[in-house]
Amino acid sequence: MAMAALRREGRRFAAPLISPQPIRSSLIAEEQAPLGVRSISTQVVRNRMKSVKNIQKITKAMKMVAASKLRAIQTRAENSRGLWQPFTALLGDAPSVDVKKNVIVTISSDKGLCGGINSTSVKISKAMHKLTAGPEKETKYVILGEKAKAQLIRDSKKDIELSITELQKNPLNYTQVSVLADDILKNVEYDALRIIFNKFHSVVSFLPTMSTVLSPEVVEREAESGGKLGDLDSYEIEGGETKGEILQNLAEFQFSCVLFNAVLENACSEQGARMSAMDSSSRNAGEMLDRLTLTYNRTRQASITTELIEIISGASALEG
Amino acid sequence: MLRRATGLLARPILSCRARPFSTDLPAPQTTDSSFVEAWKKVIPNMEPPKTPLSFMQPRPPTPSSIPSKLTVSFVLPYASELSNKEVDMVIIPSTTGQMGVLPGHVSTIAELKPGLLSVHEGNEVTKYFVSSGFAFIHANSFADIIAVEAVPLDQIDASLVQKGLAEFTQKLSSASTDLEKAEAQIGVDVHSALNAALTG
Repeated sequence: MAMAALRREGRRFAAPLISPQPIRSSLIAEEQAPLGVRSISTQVVRNRMKSVKNIQKITKAMKMVAASKLRAIQTRAENSRGLWQPFTALLGDAPSVDVKKNVIVTISSDKGLCGGINSTSVKISKAMHKLTAGPEKETKYVILGEKAKAQLIRDSKKDIELSITELQKNPLNYTQVSVLADDILKNVEYDALRIIFNKFHSVVSFLPTMSTVLSPEVVEREAESGGKLGDLDSYEIEGGETKGEILQNLAEFQFSCVLFNAVLENACSEQGARMSAMDSSSRNAGEMLDRLTLTYNRTRQASITTELIEIISGASALEG
Repeated sequence: MLRRATGLLARPILSCRARPFSTDLPAPQTTDSSFVEAWKKVIPNMEPPKTPLSFMQPRPPTPSSIPSKLTVSFVLPYASELSNKEVDMVIIPSTTGQMGVLPGHVSTIAELKPGLLSVHEGNEVTKYFVSSGFAFIHANSFADIIAVEAVPLDQIDASLVQKGLAEFTQKLSSASTDLEKAEAQIGVDVHSALNAALTG
């Protein structure tokens, strides 16, 4: 205790001394010490411990926030799951449809620190671009969310038709998404729309999914040529003047419903991914803190031992 | 590193036992094989994305005799009002008028206008006012009704309906641009349908 006080006093007045003692670890630095007092500093380790502890607190808080947001949005996403099923029951699903104009709608998050879900979506979008490329075919992107925009703008800048950010500023609702869908349909020419998002399977598992919405002309063409949509012709059409008009309304309605479900599922996946990312981050910070604590204690004990040795050898030199 | 480990562990666990925290029931995994093949040819290193087919519960094929009940699913963007409920009859407000749907109805795609939807099950009738949407009736006596907004009739306030109707009729007469006229017309249509639903 007294030695520590002396050491602290000495630090204020003396010039730095180069200690002849070997430096054991790179974390130990020389501090300013009074003449004759040699000690190893624990200041650096203590600083690191403080910052790691702060990081651990922040990531724990972020995990709690993500967990509460997930709870709120998960019920809504589950309730909206019934929305796309009637369309798939009627029109089937044709991801391998061969069309001239493909539009890939990539859904991603605006904020980061959510694990790898945005990278997965972008990888699949790029892969779909490659898959649907060919002579006389064109593939364009419509991007929802900052993160996908940042990644895709690097190499596919000319293919990006439209990009929308700050989707989640207000809580997601159907009206907002249908206005967005309307916007997209008005500004983009398409034969097939492919919506790529992460479907929320469970808190630790998110499945990248692709939903396909075909334009009414392609639906007619596929229905005539038979195959999956073959029995579409057997359906009577009620209302509207022509079948084409109904199919047009149907395609638009289908797109807005599927987009609504996709946006909700992606938001759920984002919160779940953020929860697990922050959880592993706070666990890592905890481990790092343990290791630093051990180093700190070793350093502290080593310096105490050194002091004791010096005192004792000094005392024995005086006696002897 | 820890995150990847959990990812690697999750996949075999997914297929072996029931997941206590998962939300989707394990549905029969049907995938579009031609898509998967085309994907594998161009992008061999990545797993293809899942498609809606793999998450759907398959529907039964068209039976040879007319079934006794109609299986109806009535969905809204924020809830599934009825999902695969067996009923006797539904009356849907299609743009060509009120249409009754019984088991064995011919397959139809119907566009809906704002109006009354009633579900008849035995002796009880549940009435909803729907804003608009679509109804698909399949050959296997499955009916899907998708509406943008629906409220049970007892939650509608008649006085507010009258007020809204008067307001929109006045807006229609004083509308100048086509857009305003269209909006006012929509308001008038919806409110008069509400009125008719409440009184009729």
